[in-house]
Amino acid sequence: MTIDAPVISCKNVWKIFGADPAGFLNSMDPDMSFDDIRAAGYIAGVKDVSIDVHKGEMLVIMGLSGSGKSTLVRCFSRLHDITGGTITVEGQDIMSLPEKELIELRRSKMGMVFQSFGLLPHRTVLENVAFPLEMRGQDKHTRRERALEVVKLVGLEGREDYFPRELSGGQQQRVGIARSLAIEPDIWFLDEPFSALDPLIRKEMQDEFLRLQQMLNKTIVFITHDFDEALRLADRIAIMKDGAVEQCDTPDQIVLHPATEYVRKFTEDIDKARVVHAGVLADAGATGEGDPVDAGATVHDMARLLVNDSRSMIPVQRDATLIGAMPRKAALDILLGAEA
Amino acid sequence: MTTETTSLPAERVAWTNGQFALAFVGVAVFLTILQYTGLLPGWLHRLPETIIPNFAGWLDALFNFVKDDLGLLALTRFLTEGLQWLLDASGNIFFGKRRWPFVGPIPWTALAAIAAIVGYYLGGWRLAVLGGGTMVWTALIGQWDIAMQTISVLAIAAPLAFVIGLSMGIAAWKYAWFDRAIKPILSVLQTLPFFTYLLPAVIFFKVGPTAGAVATTIYAIPPMILMTTLGLQKVSPEVVEAGKMSGCTKFQMLRHVYLPSARTEILVGVNQVIMLSLAMVVLTAFIGMPGLGAKLLAMMGSFKLGRSFEIGVTIVLLAVMLDRMSKAWVVKQPEHFEKGTVFWQRHKMLLIGIAAFVAFTLISLVVPFFAEVGRGQDFSQGKELDNLIKAFLNIEWVKATTGFLRAFLNVQVLIPFRNFLLSIPTPAFILLVAAFALALAGRKQAILALIFFSLVALSGWWDRAVITLYSVISAVTLAALIGLPIGIIAARSKKWATRVLLICDTAQTFPSFVYLIPAIMLFGITDIAVIFSILIFAMVPLTRYTIEGLRTVPEEMTEAADMSGATRMQKLWNVQLPLALPTMAVGFNQAIMFAFFMVIIAAFIGTQDLGQELQRTLAGTDLGKNFVLGICVSLMALTFDLTIMKWAADKKRALGLP
Repeated sequence: MTIDAPVISCKNVWKIFGADPAGFLNSMDPDMSFDDIRAAGYIAGVKDVSIDVHKGEMLVIMGLSGSGKSTLVRCFSRLHDITGGTITVEGQDIMSLPEKELIELRRSKMGMVFQSFGLLPHRTVLENVAFPLEMRGQDKHTRRERALEVVKLVGLEGREDYFPRELSGGQQQRVGIARSLAIEPDIWFLDEPFSALDPLIRKEMQDEFLRLQQMLNKTIVFITHDFDEALRLADRIAIMKDGAVEQCDTPDQIVLHPATEYVRKFTEDIDKARVVHAGVLADAGATGEGDPVDAGATVHDMARLLVNDSRSMIPVQRDATLIGAMPRKAALDILLGAEA
Repeated sequence: MTTETTSLPAERVAWTNGQFALAFVGVAVFLTILQYTGLLPGWLHRLPETIIPNFAGWLDALFNFVKDDLGLLALTRFLTEGLQWLLDASGNIFFGKRRWPFVGPIPWTALAAIAAIVGYYLGGWRLAVLGGGTMVWTALIGQWDIAMQTISVLAIAAPLAFVIGLSMGIAAWKYAWFDRAIKPILSVLQTLPFFTYLLPAVIFFKVGPTAGAVATTIYAIPPMILMTTLGLQKVSPEVVEAGKMSGCTKFQMLRHVYLPSARTEILVGVNQVIMLSLAMVVLTAFIGMPGLGAKLLAMMGSFKLGRSFEIGVTIVLLAVMLDRMSKAWVVKQPEHFEKGTVFWQRHKMLLIGIAAFVAFTLISLVVPFFAEVGRGQDFSQGKELDNLIKAFLNIEWVKATTGFLRAFLNVQVLIPFRNFLLSIPTPAFILLVAAFALALAGRKQAILALIFFSLVALSGWWDRAVITLYSVISAVTLAALIGLPIGIIAARSKKWATRVLLICDTAQTFPSFVYLIPAIMLFGITDIAVIFSILIFAMVPLTRYTIEGLRTVPEEMTEAADMSGATRMQKLWNVQLPLALPTMAVGFNQAIMFAFFMVIIAAFIGTQDLGQELQRTLAGTDLGKNFVLGICVSLMALTFDLTIMKWAADKKRALGLP
């Protein structure tokens, strides 16, 4: 397997809801807008999306409700059958998989966490976590052992015999996370996992999630409608509107160079200084003098330095090697919120 | 139509439903006046005998074809063997029938202990007392054997109905075509009078317990199907997706995801299966099923009120016990045990149950009274109660009151009303019903009403159908006059609302048969007793839904009315009642359905309606006639059901209520 072969790759994916989606897609004018399609009696859940997810990457799909983000992620796992285009997962076209192999794929490679948890009410925590293992026919002993391990990983030790109803929302989602991790999936889908939780619990769960990700290093597709959450977690963000991807890029680039008016509106109220990193501002050809700053530092982290320093170009290093220099003025502009 | 004539299109085509309905009423009134002035030709008053098609004969021919030529009878006779075997086994266990497995009867004390422990497990001390108490009462009053005869059939019929209903429910959920195919059949089945279930059961499955069990099973299936489908449809999509993402196969999905998640609805279905089975199993007395129902029938027939009353109490206790326990099971959620709980503590109730069962069985070997309450040992007060009731009825003012009610209602209200209904020409009557459907619901319902009532007219049983309808209308009207005020007053305070609702809930679990007891007690074997039994039976849903409708009016609306300075009366008339009306209509509909059900049973008291004819068919093998009569009742009930439910749904949507 080559290094940069994407884990999930989708090309011109369409998902249309309605009476005869396939027939409609074949006959429709490809330039039809979302509203035109709706006027024709169909809903474009996913509209001509091409996107790749790379190994070990966390892609956050961001959008308001009804923008198609949940539909898109359900196409990745073929909970929805797509209407047009192709989706390959680790090189396999998932639409061509027979039922048996699809089930096998889900049993061995994929895990998913749901917004309202999707726990089975009649099973205990441990039985819920062990459910995917039970489905693939693992014996009682090994699945119990593995389930205990994951339950411990998400910090629910001692509550193995509780029923979902006896747990708080945050704890229930921990069960959901544990269940999705039980089979040690390579690909991890999270559909607004923290949206149903209180703000304080949400922050705690995000930290927990980052901790898990650092340990496990999975390929992740994470869905949220919360832009702050997206900025906090993402390697790359895909912003969706009316079923189409408006822009897909790193948080820095989205904040610095919004591709469309819609994206710009989103980024308007964001404190860019907390998002943009020195590495992005660095000009690889330029050189500076004096002590370098770290590429991973945000403008906000460097605020004191930027204000007090007098250099015009500040060198930037990543892992102790210089990668270039950034103009101090550009960083200051971002810090002060001046329009570039 | 040419362009010239459509110069006033609005006036020409846009007759509203209301105007149409008014026109129908006008024609009907005109026809009726003609009838009263003697100008109406006879063939317009009643359909001439000569044009009435021989539906019964055709149906008979069809049945005979299916029965003999297609070999259905051979099949059902074969099934009868298996069913007989099951019933024999359960008969042996419950009341010591001399059949395999030759272990019964279970001593009554052991069963009482089990009932108490199951009750405790499901709902604490109250249910333990109810469960144990019911069994002790039944034994001590000397009705153990007949009660167990009833239970032994119930124990076979209810699980059978559960399994069939569950499978068909799953099928209906899975295959849309199956759902579409059975929906209309189910709604007919639910309105079909129970006598119509009985005769085919007898013909295909031998008189006695087998036919009783079959009729009971079929009768209890429809709600199980509906609840199963409903439950499966309600499973949250995320749980379904979680199952799929866990790599479930289709069967694993059903077994581990769908069915457990639909647990609540399925258990509600179980509750309904049990309650309907009990109600029906009592009624199968009419086809010679021994048990509580047969005894009650015999006692009421010979006017032994004391014993009837005691049997009625037993039936009611059994019903309430089964209902409360199955409902407690619905809400019982699994609880976790702390880590390290030892085995006997995890299964404490099971172990206690087994221990109690064994202990009482052993004791009963030594003490015969603990095994069986013998003749002369029971505490039945039948004779004394009988005298007491008859003495009460002979008290001057009681006699005067019932006598007055009987005379006044009969002579002044009921008989004139009945004669008036009978005097309306058939086409006028049909037009009136259609107008009713049109005004309330819409054209589709009106057309159905036209077709349904025309079919009733063509069946040749028009006069008896009108008498049936007369009983239903008068009883429901009287029930509304009493039940609605009770509901409105009870809804004023939370405390009373809960109390009355509890009474209604309990009363609704009583098998319909027991409603005849107070009616016969008070009014003897008369027309009034018929109306009275329907009245109390139909009052329950009326009161219940009135309270529910009024209590669920959103609080901010009543608060808004209060802040607008409305008096209690103003608030009731202008805010609460209009908003509660759709819910109350559902209650009204249920009252009518109950009334159609009860009026048929009341044939036992002696009526001149369709029920009487139906009961007569039970003695013979007249399947065709039986079905024609049953379907007449069903068609009339369906007309009301479709119309009122459509109206309630429309109204709810218009008001934006859930």
